[in-house]
Parts: sequence; structure tokens; C-alpha cells
Amino acid sequence: MREILFLAWRYLAHNRVKTGVLVGSIMLIVYLPVALRVLVSQSATELTSRAEATPLLVGAKGSPLELALNSLYFESDTPELTTYAEAERIADSGLAQAIPLYVRFKVRAQPIVGTSIEYLDFRGLRFADGRAMAILGECVLGSRAADILDVGVGGTVITSPESVFDIAGVYPLKMQVVGVLEPSYTADDIAVFVDLKTAWIIQGLVHGHQDMAAPESATGVLSREGDNIVANASVIQYTEITADNIDSFHFHGSTGDYPISAVIAAPHDQKSGTILMGRYESPDDPAQIFQPTTVIDELLGTIFTVQNFVVAGMILVGLAALATAVLVFALSLRLRKREIETMAKIGGSRVRVAGVLITEIAVVVLASVVLAGVLTALTARFASTAVRLLLLQ
Amino acid sequence: MISISDLRFRYPEGEFELNVPALSVANGETVAVIGPSGSGKTTLLHLMAGIRLPQEGKVLTDDTEVTDLDDGARRDFRIRRIGMVFQEFELLEYLTVLDNILLPFRINGSLRLDRSVRDRAASIAEQVGIADKLNRLSTRLSHGEKQRVAVCRALIAEPVLLLADEPTGNLDPTNTQKVLDILLDAADASGATLVTVTHDHDLLSRFGRTVDFRDFHRATEEVEP
Repeated sequence: MREILFLAWRYLAHNRVKTGVLVGSIMLIVYLPVALRVLVSQSATELTSRAEATPLLVGAKGSPLELALNSLYFESDTPELTTYAEAERIADSGLAQAIPLYVRFKVRAQPIVGTSIEYLDFRGLRFADGRAMAILGECVLGSRAADILDVGVGGTVITSPESVFDIAGVYPLKMQVVGVLEPSYTADDIAVFVDLKTAWIIQGLVHGHQDMAAPESATGVLSREGDNIVANASVIQYTEITADNIDSFHFHGSTGDYPISAVIAAPHDQKSGTILMGRYESPDDPAQIFQPTTVIDELLGTIFTVQNFVVAGMILVGLAALATAVLVFALSLRLRKREIETMAKIGGSRVRVAGVLITEIAVVVLASVVLAGVLTALTARFASTAVRLLLLQ
Repeated sequence: MISISDLRFRYPEGEFELNVPALSVANGETVAVIGPSGSGKTTLLHLMAGIRLPQEGKVLTDDTEVTDLDDGARRDFRIRRIGMVFQEFELLEYLTVLDNILLPFRINGSLRLDRSVRDRAASIAEQVGIADKLNRLSTRLSHGEKQRVAVCRALIAEPVLLLADEPTGNLDPTNTQKVLDILLDAADASGATLVTVTHDHDLLSRFGRTVDFRDFHRATEEVEP
């Protein structure tokens, strides 16, 4: 056996380029479908775990998938908006904790999540530095958002306009960073958390401006009708909330009419959840309620179907590549016919000569499988982190 | 050593036919086989070694009826009893000179590769002047060096019969004499029989006997009606 291994090894080592190409090809044939399965499976776990941690989601009627992706992963376009009254409706029902979400604006590419402070507790988020937002204009950054924006506690971030062509839109708001979260390897890492009211300020629904009743603001007054003052365009709106101007920020109208994108409803128990879901069954209800797991499972079903097609394709390509590898071996044997005949003429035994050739193939296949196994093990080992990072991109 | 009688051989394809009514080579004899190209000299060596089997007749080599042996037994017989030098060296390009010389010990379990064999390989290489090239790949040798490696490979298992197919065909006159010396000396030292195919008539005087293939054809023509 030693002599067979020696001859096989010398042949493979001498033809190292051919051997390397064969090993690489067979390794990829084995590795790719397995790695794809591992990664998809891990992605499914990551996606599902986020959905499972969100018992019920309430929002305006429309695409549940869009609403789920926006609310859980801060992805996709802003869904149909509902109002803050929906959060009050759930809270008033006494059936569930209501956590409003308003995911619409961004700081550069990082999503701004307008919510209540309860969200941080609900998701089990912990602070690496600083504290939670307490007053208007304060924000808390997810770990990756802090890295990307290159800012920490004590720094500031400025909101981005929804569109660069939005000339008549609201002014960007400069916000104080008061906290940075520890990594959670979820979508929370990329977010900029603000209080819901701050999100409304970003939109311009809550605003602060110079005191129009003051004598020095007379030039900014367009007209006066009793207590009502209509300002002209020269009025100065505040683009940063400071201790000096915070009192000037005010609401127009009822907060119940203010927009939010969704409400996370965390029922106190299963029965409460069932009752709550029952309250949204009316077709006339402008809101919908659903379990995010249902929507994500449907999405995963689609992904798995696609994955099956991809794997089937890979297997076909793999079989073709395998056939090519067999052809290469066969051609190699033909090219080595003379060498084999020489061994036979000298007196080489059939078993040994065949053994050398079989060992060469076995070494190539074994090396490929071992390499594929190592890569698969590494993929499995780091799949969780890799998928989390990929999902956070 | 070798006794051939009423041998008739024909390749499955083609019309070539080799007829050897009778041929004997005594133990320790050195024989040069001459004849025109395509007359069957190489085929005759293959028949003596049991590489090919005749359709008719008997081949007795080293007191063994090779035509009666099965394929495995003939291979074992060749590796232990016969050393072969081929016309075109037939070295394995992925092996070094030393590994090419040791090849018979690696491809048949009936030979055992040990320290003494390695020493013998080095010694033979020294004799033919390639001792400094033992670790070189055979592809990096000149024609003459390759031929000498092929001779070493034939000698390594200390055969009782050396079959050489134009062993000096690619060598310059100096190396021709050198290789022939090695073969003749090796045969002389071990008492081995040497049968060599050659086209070089100047070398015939160095062999004990010459077998001319034209004699076989004449004999064949005489018996035909």
C-alpha cells in the first residue's frame, strides 16, 4: 500500500495544477449546495427568531409582508400609515402592551425608529454607553449605526430629507446622541431610536419656532385674528432642540391623529391575544392585526422554494461537472495508456497498477470532500454571524 | 535459457505474421538480434518475456513454459526473472531517476524494496555515470541519460535474462560502448543471458552470437509449398 500511495502521490504532486483544478471543482460541487442549505437555514432561523419575538403586529390594511419587513427589520418602503390612536386603542383595551413604531425617516442610510422607551426593554436591548432618550431631540444609536455614522454619546446626527428634491419639505433636525446600544445582531443594531414625538418633529408635525407674540417677531406676522397669528415665510423654525427652545415645540391637533407605521402588541396572555385579534376581524376596520411569524413563514416558504430550485440547479451543474471530472479521469487514463502498458511489460501486477490509478482518484476525491467538509464546518460555525451581518447590510 | 519451437504469431489487426521454427539461447549467452525494420524483432522479445502469447508453438524461458502461465503469473515471472530495456526508454516522467530505477519494486508485491535495493540502485547509477542525477526528474535528462536510466531499471532486480530493444539506439558512440559494456558486464557478472535487438552491425562482434531475422523468413519460405 505504501508503494501505491507513493506512486499516486508523486503523480498528483507532479501534475499539481491539474490536481488542484480537479480538487477545487469537486470541492465546490460538494460544498456549494450544502453551504447554501446551511446559510438559508440559518437565515430562516434569524428571520424567524425576530418574528417569534414579536407576538402581534397592528398596522393599516395593506401588504402584511411590507408591514412586517418595515416593523421588524426596518426594511422595505414605508407601509400604509395608521394613526397613534391605534396604539391608544390597544393600550386602552387592557389586553396587550402597545409599542408604537414610526419607521419612515433616516439618518443617511440608517433608519430612524420612532417609538416609545418600552421598545428597548421589549427587545432586551442594553446600553453600551449612555442612557435612553428622555427629551425631544435625543436619540439612541444601535451599535452598527454608531460605527457607520462614526458618532457616540455626546455627538449629534442630522436627519436626511426624504427626497433630495423635497425643497419645500421639513428642515433636517439635529439630534443629540445620548446612548449607544450593545450589539444585538438584529436589525436594532442599524437603527437610530428616537421618541415618537421626535419622529413627528422630524416630519414637521410637531414644531418649534420663534415666539410670534413677542414684539421682535412683528416682521414675521402675516395677519392676526384675535389670538390666532398667521406667520409669513420669514418665521424662524428651529432645526435643533435645545434647552432654550424646547418649550416652544408644540403640537397642532390631537396626537391620536398623528401617523405611525405600526404597533407591536404584546398580549398579556394567549387569551388576550386571541380576543385582540378578534377585534380586528371586521372588514370595515381600517387596521389589520397579524402574527409576524405567519407572514415570515410564508416568505421563508417562498425562499425555500427558490432555494430548492437553486439547489436543483446546482446539483445539475454538479452532475455535469462530475461527468466532466470523470471524462478528465478517463482522458487522463488514455493519455497514460503507454505508461500503464510499460508497467505491465516490466511486470507490474494488475492489482498494483489499478491500485495506483484508483488511489490517485481516491486522493483527489478525498481531498475535495475533506476540504468541502472543513469549509462546511467553518460555514456552519460562522453562519450565524455571517447571516446576521448580511441581514444587517 | 530460451527455447522456441514452431512459433507462429499474428497481431489481431494487420497481416504481419512472425514464424520462428526453432530458436535456442543458452544460459549466459549474449545474443544480438538483427533484421530489417518491421521484421518482428521487438515482437520476438515480447514473446520471450510473455508480454505477448503466440497463436501456435511453445516459448520456454528460464525453464518456464511462459505460454502456460496465466497473466498474473507471467507478470510475476517477468518482474523477478527478466529485465527489459525498451526502444523508447519508457520512463515515468513524474518520477525521479532513482524512483524510475526502483519502479519494478513498487509495482509488484513479489519484490521487496529495502535499503540494499536502494544501495544497489545507487551503485548501478554510479556505474553508468548518472549517480549525480538520481534526484532529477526524468524529463530533465538527455536522450543518452534516459537510456542509461532504462538500463539501470532493467538491472535493478538482478534478472537472469536481459532483453534489450535497441538499448544504444539513441546514444553517441562513446555512450554506446559504455551502455553495451554495462549490459555485457552485468550479464557476465550475474551469469545472465542477454538478448539484444540492434541495427548497429559494428556491435555484433561484441556478442557471442547473432540471430538474423532473415534466416527465419528464409526458413519459412522453404517450408511453404
